[in-house]
Amino acid sequence: MANIYTDNPEIKFHMQHELMKRIVELKERGFEDKDKYDYAPQNFEDAMDNYDRTLDIVGDVTSNVVAPNAEEVDAEGPHCENGRVRYASKTYENLDATIKAGMNGMTMPRRYEGLNLPITVYTAANEIVSAGDAGFENIWSLQDCIETLYEFGDEDQRQRFVPRVCHGETMSMDLTEPDAGSDLQSVMLKATYSEKDGCWLLNGVKRFITNGDSDIHLVLARSEEGTRDGRGLSMFIYDKNQGGVNVRRIENKLGIHGSPTCELVYKNAKAELCGDRKLGLIKYVMALMNGARLGIAAQSVGIEQSAYDEALAYARDRKQFGKEIIHFPAVYDMLATMKAKLDAGRSLLYMTARYVDIYKALEDIARERKLTPEERQELKKYSRMADAFTPLAKGMNSEFANQNAYDSIQIHGGSGFMLEYKCQQLYRDARITSIYEGTTQLQTVAALRYITNGTYLNIIKEFEAAPVAPEYEGYMNRIKEMANKLEATTNAVKEVGDQEFTDFCSRKLYEITAYTIMGHLILQDTQKAPELFARSLNVFVNHAESEVEKHFNYIRKMTVEQLDNYRHE
Amino acid sequence: MGLKIIVLAKQVPDTRNVGPDAMTPEGTVNRAALPAVFNPEDLNALEQALRLKDANPGSTITMLTMGLPKATEVLREGLFRGADKGVLLTDRALGGADTLATSYSLAQAIKKIGDFDIIIGGRQAIDGDTAQVGPQVAEKLGLTQITYTEEILECTKEKIVARRHIDGGVETVEGPMPIVITVNGSAAPCRSRNIKLVMKYKNAKTQQEIAALPEEEQKFYQDRPYLTIQSWGAADIDADPNQIGKAGSPTNVKAVKNIVFKAKENKSLTASDADIEGLIVELIENNTIG
Repeated sequence: MANIYTDNPEIKFHMQHELMKRIVELKERGFEDKDKYDYAPQNFEDAMDNYDRTLDIVGDVTSNVVAPNAEEVDAEGPHCENGRVRYASKTYENLDATIKAGMNGMTMPRRYEGLNLPITVYTAANEIVSAGDAGFENIWSLQDCIETLYEFGDEDQRQRFVPRVCHGETMSMDLTEPDAGSDLQSVMLKATYSEKDGCWLLNGVKRFITNGDSDIHLVLARSEEGTRDGRGLSMFIYDKNQGGVNVRRIENKLGIHGSPTCELVYKNAKAELCGDRKLGLIKYVMALMNGARLGIAAQSVGIEQSAYDEALAYARDRKQFGKEIIHFPAVYDMLATMKAKLDAGRSLLYMTARYVDIYKALEDIARERKLTPEERQELKKYSRMADAFTPLAKGMNSEFANQNAYDSIQIHGGSGFMLEYKCQQLYRDARITSIYEGTTQLQTVAALRYITNGTYLNIIKEFEAAPVAPEYEGYMNRIKEMANKLEATTNAVKEVGDQEFTDFCSRKLYEITAYTIMGHLILQDTQKAPELFARSLNVFVNHAESEVEKHFNYIRKMTVEQLDNYRHE
Repeated sequence: MGLKIIVLAKQVPDTRNVGPDAMTPEGTVNRAALPAVFNPEDLNALEQALRLKDANPGSTITMLTMGLPKATEVLREGLFRGADKGVLLTDRALGGADTLATSYSLAQAIKKIGDFDIIIGGRQAIDGDTAQVGPQVAEKLGLTQITYTEEILECTKEKIVARRHIDGGVETVEGPMPIVITVNGSAAPCRSRNIKLVMKYKNAKTQQEIAALPEEEQKFYQDRPYLTIQSWGAADIDADPNQIGKAGSPTNVKAVKNIVFKAKENKSLTASDADIEGLIVELIENNTIG
């Protein structure tokens, strides 16, 4: 039987990275659960075996339930009935299968009935589900909102809400409003404390809320009357059982049809505060968004994989001019580039996930005891690495997902433009990935300070210091040359000393950075598993080098004066 | 209302993926060339049992299988999906059994398990395709049987209502409990393994397998009784030696032939009405259709 996980050994390769030793150690706290819970691992090997078996199940459910349902879910979509969402009928089948397989509360501690899996493993599950159906992945993966409730809610809230999510109840994050999209500081949904009800009441409208009729909502609302910026916003938990929030309409979208995007009306909806007042946006939503961005990076990699698989199968099958089109250079060039982007993008995804795992596990330990000075150092290091890598992983993979979906249709030719093949759904589904949870342009903004303050360059220098086998030295030198160009362009832009000019060049600097880092990652992977990655290393470095060269030349010729010809009124 | 459910399952060679070396030159199944799998319709049966358990909290499912020690795999697969217990019936003396000896042995094991409300198994196994074991178990236990079941519609301590898949349609029938049900391949497919249950039961072993482990590893099993799978031999089920294994099997396979279909004659037809009508008339006359 088909199984996306076992069919793609590249995923398992990334689960076996040497950092997993540390991740498991932190996540399992010396295996203190081993005699308390019958499903807890006894040791490192046992934990790793559990991860493998978990992903095998996720692959099975995805390949045999979710993927076969994708076309019908896409065609039917959800409906709004009497203020509630009714999913496409096969979505219920998907939910039932994932709940029975126990694919919920994956990262939550066992004391709340979670599986206590590392975020790296959850990210792989995310990628796999997305490869089956990116729209369903949205609904399913919103379970990771519980991370934020777990981190910032109090013990009573954890006990009441976390087990529910572990049993399969769905979540949503209600952030955006008609006048507050990328600019969340403008959120106006009103939260007022009612002495009479002994709780907060929410009033107003939210728009573009994914899975907006979920069981448990995290809501960003203005709790401080008279404020207008981010410091007046707090985060609330709204439990659907309380009532007071209705779905006014469901958006008609280009893609991810299975996932209902809702406009919500709050009328005296009873809610409880999560964490402290005024920290809603500046602390909690930022944490929420970082998790969500990693999720979109995983969703994107799933689409990259699926687009490649569809293109490959079609190119092998389709004959023109007397032979299968896969033998034409124009076609195999596209296929090889798709696979190279997939392999490099995936490597970036999992490196990011591992960094997130280490710092989040240390943060969690810090809730139980004081960290040692070494641990504090480690936390600081990985937290910074995760912050730096997340915008790269999200931005680049969402762009790659779009590029692969585009090429997948191209390889299908005229048939790809007809609505009969899966590639057209992938093309539509991919489009949102570079927009939601922060557009690529906003990922660039998030990455810019790490470009200009040398964080990335320092990381790259560390990568350059790693030992390299003689047969790969040529690649290492080419990647080092890319880093030199990054340094040169960054300095050139800094020397101009004009903020607008820096912002203008930032996307190009961002891509040079990402291509250089991904070059290192796929070089490292190839040295460990040449049978999986040697071809992609070659193709990727060729591609990355030419992209870097292109941006390098562009920035070299660019001046502040020319901006006039770009500006629009 | 908690139900006590017994699921009969069999490990079979995967005859759905037969290659050129599927048969030995002697005409027997070449087990080495065919992977051993959970008999497909037994998975449909397990799903019906799991649905009964979902709908009736407090229910328990005991998986029963007869076969080689390796058949423990199907018991673990059951535990991974929500069964509570597994019993393996294994003994050289039980080997070589036909359907009569098999159903006798299973019936004896069920008597030893004792208390039950419902026994559910697949319609037939893909290695023998007889569909006889389920009905014979019912006969030996003196129970009512519903065969070819597609869905259990209603189940109480007193009665069960099920939809059967029959030639040309479906039939809804009612029977008294306790009862034997055999499930058709057209029933709902079995759910996937459950992550938590796999983590819990992946090391489940029979008491013989545990006894063979180094002493320090045995301690692990002593602390976790749920990881011990019961394994019974012929003596454990009070079996009459004359009714089990080869001795209890009146069926004798005289020969198994490897048949390669060859087209002896063929006819070319066009898409014309006349040709098609001619074909239909011919097929009706030789009773192929109609």
